[in-house]
Amino acid sequence: MDTAVVSETDPDVMLFRVLRDDGTADPGVDHGMTDAVALRAYFEMRRLRALDARMILLQRQGRVGFYGAATGQEAVPIASGLALAKQDWVFPALREQSVMLVRGYPLRDYIGQVFGNAADNLKGRQPPSHQAGKAVHQVSWSPVIGPQIPQAVGAAMAMRMAKRRPHEIAVGYCGDGATSQPDFHAAMNFAGVFKAPVVIICQNNHWSISVPTAKQTASRTIAIKARAYGMPGVRVDGNDVLAVYKVLRDAFACARSGGGPTFVEAVTYRMGAHTTSDDPKLYRSDSEVEAWAKKDPIDRLRRYLEARGLMDDARDTKLEADASAEIVSIIREVEELAAPSLASMFDDVYAELPWNLREQKAALESGPRAPKH
Amino acid sequence: MRNIRFREALREAMIEEMERDDRVFLMGEEVGHYQGAYKVSEGMLEKFGEKRVIDTPIAEGGFAGIGVGAAMVGLRPIIEFMTWNFSAVAFDQILNNAAKVRQMSGGQLTCPIVFRGPNGSARQVGSQHSHSMEHFYATVPGLKLVAPSFPADAKGLMKAAIRDDNPVLVMESETLYGVKGDVPDDQDAIPLGKAAVVREGKDVTIVAYSRMTHVALEAAAALEKDGISAEIVDLRSLRPLDEDTIVASVQKTHRCVVVHEGWPYGGVGAEVSDRVQRLAFDALDAPILRVTTWDVPMPYNAKLELACLPQPDRVVAAVKQLVRRAQG
Repeated sequence: MDTAVVSETDPDVMLFRVLRDDGTADPGVDHGMTDAVALRAYFEMRRLRALDARMILLQRQGRVGFYGAATGQEAVPIASGLALAKQDWVFPALREQSVMLVRGYPLRDYIGQVFGNAADNLKGRQPPSHQAGKAVHQVSWSPVIGPQIPQAVGAAMAMRMAKRRPHEIAVGYCGDGATSQPDFHAAMNFAGVFKAPVVIICQNNHWSISVPTAKQTASRTIAIKARAYGMPGVRVDGNDVLAVYKVLRDAFACARSGGGPTFVEAVTYRMGAHTTSDDPKLYRSDSEVEAWAKKDPIDRLRRYLEARGLMDDARDTKLEADASAEIVSIIREVEELAAPSLASMFDDVYAELPWNLREQKAALESGPRAPKH
Repeated sequence: MRNIRFREALREAMIEEMERDDRVFLMGEEVGHYQGAYKVSEGMLEKFGEKRVIDTPIAEGGFAGIGVGAAMVGLRPIIEFMTWNFSAVAFDQILNNAAKVRQMSGGQLTCPIVFRGPNGSARQVGSQHSHSMEHFYATVPGLKLVAPSFPADAKGLMKAAIRDDNPVLVMESETLYGVKGDVPDDQDAIPLGKAAVVREGKDVTIVAYSRMTHVALEAAAALEKDGISAEIVDLRSLRPLDEDTIVASVQKTHRCVVVHEGWPYGGVGAEVSDRVQRLAFDALDAPILRVTTWDVPMPYNAKLELACLPQPDRVVAAVKQLVRRAQG
């Protein structure tokens, strides 16, 4: 973005914020986040950060093959999980996998997926950070960037077609890089044309692996793109969990009541690498990362809670220690579990096991063994 | 029994299934107000309304994704591609999403969806508009694929496709839409994965599907005059492939010619050839031959196009080559 033309009063680039630098909430905004919800948000964000840090450590130690962390971007998935209703459907991208944790998906199952073994509900079929939980209405996603966005719109359209589901909505996520994809355009276009009960959320974290947002789009902002599709576009401070919660609750309520789609650009920053396969030191400066570290979403929420007398060092330390202990205990329990049975690879390719896969399954079971590696 | 056109058979199947199951809907370009680019969906908008017969913006990748999302949350979409050529821009949604939703979610999520439309050549529509897309899609586990040749099969297979809990690709033919055939009054779903012997013979097995079944029938009539008796296996389903019916026929005739539109590199013909040599090697008296489109982009000029596509005389020549060889 060309910062020279960005001004805080320009409606096209204005950033919606609630949390101020001193830790207080803007008194002019009815953000709607109760203290109980704010504390829950803090717990979830803290636990997610601890989880991501632990998983990256395990990847470095060679105990996990791959991981994509949400470090620095916890506010959007956690606020989403808190603002969604149980019946709504989530079509996530890489950094929103944790929405399901807020909506009741067991941490053990989530960690089990990372190990891809007998603890994995996905039966060792998908890399880590590619979760799915039908019970919490969160779907599988393909790492080919963008296909989940039209799917979210399709799910939303389906809810208005199906007679018995008038109160469900769908939410689709993407990063700034995905806005360059035809799928993004198609999804926004269909959402607008069909007034689908969907909210499309772009986490603009400034980097698509090594490509800065300015090289993804010549638009002044990403939110402004919504205007061309005939829907509201909101630009929100993605590191301000109160602001994200407020914007999403309003957008979800609008979709639910027949008001049509909303597009949300959440401005945030990817503090870590794109995934464990990336080294960001190759393409961005330490000073940029340090500047964003000062806007950390967890620190900002903590200052808010402190100012309200809801958090202090002792409570925070305990919270952190409890979260870490829970994570470590689950890892200890699931890490050494057996791999899924070899023959299970033939299951779920079709609703039924066709004859050709039945034959191949028998050939695998009776044939030469694969190397153990 | 009624004598109806191929397009009417498809339409009847969609209408009957939409009446039977309110989760089924039709979506695509021009399917509603225009009544379908090839009039397959004629009258359906009036019958079912805009919520279930949905005209879309021009974005195959977009509405393929819309369909996949709708299927994941419980509906049963029929997605029409104006032609299968246009599915090239929706390939990711079919390959990486529809075909894998069940597998990658560990069986939690399903994608019961039908993608359909005309496939193959259509008389002078040029190279980008004449692709035989089945050769790409039939390789993908997670998908089923049918390519009917006659109205009754079109109706029965379409009904089965809509009822199936997997993604099913129905490949029709622009040049078959007007073809008439007998369809039983109570034509029900025809099981996917079953071929049909549409002509019995003893000297050679010709394996074909879609429009090429008709080319094979013409060739068989010509061969009959020369005293050669050809059996024709109409595959109907390309995935799963009914190898039992193919192999049983070759064990009887000892010779096999595969006829399909599309290029000779890989593809359905190569797949059938592999199965026949593997499963009926001892029964074969001659190599398996394939009659396909030549290995070039489809020309526009009418004479060139006719020469590029498999014609009955090329099938006859291939069969005679095998018979002569066997006679030594």
